[in-house]
Amino acid sequence: MVSDIKKEFLQNKENKIIKGNEAAAYAAKSSRVQVISAYPITPQTTVVEKLSEFVDQGLMPGTQYIKVESEHSVMASMVGASMTGTRTFTATSGQGLFYMNEMLHWVAGTRLPIVMAIASRGPAPPWNIWADFTDVLSQRDTGWITSFCATHQEIYDEILMSYKVCEDHDILLPKFVAYGGFILSHTSKPIIIEEQALVDEYLPPLPDEKGWPHIFIDPERPMMFGNLIMPSGFYYEFRMKIHETMMRAKEKIMIAAKQFERMFGRNYGNGLIQNYKMDDADVAMLIYGDLAFQMEEAVDQVREEGYKIGMVKLRHFRPFPVEEIIEIAKKVQVLGVMDRGTAFGSPTGGPISSEVKTALHNTEKTAKILPMISGLGGREVTIDQQKDQLKILIKMNETGELPKDLLYGTLWHGKLEVK
Amino acid sequence: MENWRLNKMVTIKQALDDEVACNEWFLPGNSCCAGCGLEIALRWAMKALGPNTVLVTPASCLNVVIGLWPKTAPNFPFTNMAFAAGASAATGISEALKAKAYRFPGKNWEKITTLVFAGDGGTTDIGIQALSGAAERNSNIIYTCYDNEAYMNTGIQRSSSTPHGAKTTTTTLGKERYKKNLPAIMAAHEIPYVATCSISEPLDIYKKYKKAKTIEGCKYIHILAPCPPGWNYPSEDTVEIARLAVKTGVWPLYEIENGILRMHKKSHPLLDPSKRKPLIDYLSRQKRFAGMSEQSLIELQQNIDNDWKMLASRLHAQES
Repeated sequence: MVSDIKKEFLQNKENKIIKGNEAAAYAAKSSRVQVISAYPITPQTTVVEKLSEFVDQGLMPGTQYIKVESEHSVMASMVGASMTGTRTFTATSGQGLFYMNEMLHWVAGTRLPIVMAIASRGPAPPWNIWADFTDVLSQRDTGWITSFCATHQEIYDEILMSYKVCEDHDILLPKFVAYGGFILSHTSKPIIIEEQALVDEYLPPLPDEKGWPHIFIDPERPMMFGNLIMPSGFYYEFRMKIHETMMRAKEKIMIAAKQFERMFGRNYGNGLIQNYKMDDADVAMLIYGDLAFQMEEAVDQVREEGYKIGMVKLRHFRPFPVEEIIEIAKKVQVLGVMDRGTAFGSPTGGPISSEVKTALHNTEKTAKILPMISGLGGREVTIDQQKDQLKILIKMNETGELPKDLLYGTLWHGKLEVK
Repeated sequence: MENWRLNKMVTIKQALDDEVACNEWFLPGNSCCAGCGLEIALRWAMKALGPNTVLVTPASCLNVVIGLWPKTAPNFPFTNMAFAAGASAATGISEALKAKAYRFPGKNWEKITTLVFAGDGGTTDIGIQALSGAAERNSNIIYTCYDNEAYMNTGIQRSSSTPHGAKTTTTTLGKERYKKNLPAIMAAHEIPYVATCSISEPLDIYKKYKKAKTIEGCKYIHILAPCPPGWNYPSEDTVEIARLAVKTGVWPLYEIENGILRMHKKSHPLLDPSKRKPLIDYLSRQKRFAGMSEQSLIELQQNIDNDWKMLASRLHAQES
């Protein structure tokens, strides 16, 4: 995939060498978002700076940019703007996401297709501003579709695909597009910025004058939204519908990825997961975010030593690709699950590895699972370390024994020696 | 108008000659308590603004009195909102209306008034950050604080708008600290329009909203809205209590338009302290002040006098 991008990059004059955050801003511009509301936070800041530049230079005509005083107000103003029937975009990181939490539930409850880029960072204290997906993963139950990006190009592409899925009238749910702080947000890479006409053709049209089908602000059709509802009312059913829609969104995500590939030529697996050298693999690593990008190289190098190892890149956390993971776990003997994030007190300590175990609990004859954690708070994970991680899985397959030095069943890899 | 002054019954049509104001936009059958001050405030604000208005209400009594789902009393677009988010959600709506106006020109989307009705908790406490942000940005909204001087929806807990001496369920001996002067804080933001109202002066509410509707930018209107269960007085006394708040000088009525302060005709004479009715006339009608010490009374009077001195000095500075 890397070489494909290089080739395409050289052919297309719309291409740029830009930071991951700028890729997010370009995606918002390409998506013709109508209202932006944002508050700066490291490492997301350059997203809001770039968008400011676009708006001030008149490159996003008609777009309103609200510079609010906090993240809580970011998401509240997004709710107001989206309810009025406009396409909306914002971005945040770690603490900012936590501060929004109340409004995140509000957005999903209102069924608003807001798209938010998240340059993920570790939660404080102590202060940490580097890659760690605990911020977005801890918003698990807010009702937002959640995806991870492994490359700069994927940030741009995923935001386009997000509007396609979220604004589908059968879905109408919000979405997080998360990528590692600094590792992707502040490094530069060649990116293909697609032609506006093609993007317009790919994306659904902007909401029409009537707004969304389920909610609108229009004095000619006065509507009340959000009244107190008694337990005997439809609250329960509204909640159930959010779950049901989230599960149905899987199919839409797959369609959006397929259509994206057809139009722009870039493949992202089935949209939910993307396999790398899995055809003959008997050992595999499931991994997400920026760590997945470097892991491709680690897989290649370990394969050169004669091992049949593969990688599964998890692209969506919500909805969780249960069927895909069952299929993989039936195919391989050992499956490592690498988290860059924590879920304290959960079955494994890692948010994704806990989910994988849950997904497999009713399936017989599946791979042995090794939950792993690395790179918390932006701790560097070198390619040698990743090769080491893969070899731990290979050894586990050969000996049938779990590695030593597990903490309640999970391998915390790359930690400092504590005396 | 003359009939009105003579305190005879007149119809709104006779008083205002405004078709829109003759209608009710906050409909009967809502679940306000008898004698609710909020209801009078909202009915009169909406008479001035008319139905081309969207109302945002953060957590407060108004979230409940509009009716339980699927019943609803407001006959215009209305959205419930999270407690701290009134001003920011309204900003989102007013900016999105601009975006819609750009995409669908000539359809008057930008002419819809975005109104917030928040309680004193949602304004002076948890919502003040978002409100201050909206004021500083000069977001094109009318923000209303209907002030019943405590968290009435959760059962009468103190807010920063509760006056000195008042008993609530969290100030069982009477509140020690003073009422936060939010109109003054909003005026310090230098927004184009700040006004105070009392539900005892509905025509004043009407006129101030009429004016606010024509002004571009952030407008702040603070309405004193007595609450029979919260202030502990008979429900038929609501208007009288509000009137006493004005006459005793507890609640000065004024507007600050582009920085120029103008006192309401009923409050202007009260710049002279001798023209104010005794404070005790207001306090003794409400059991929330029962058992207030003499010292507390003196302190409350001093606090009120200080607010008047601030107003007087501002007027004086304007004249010189």
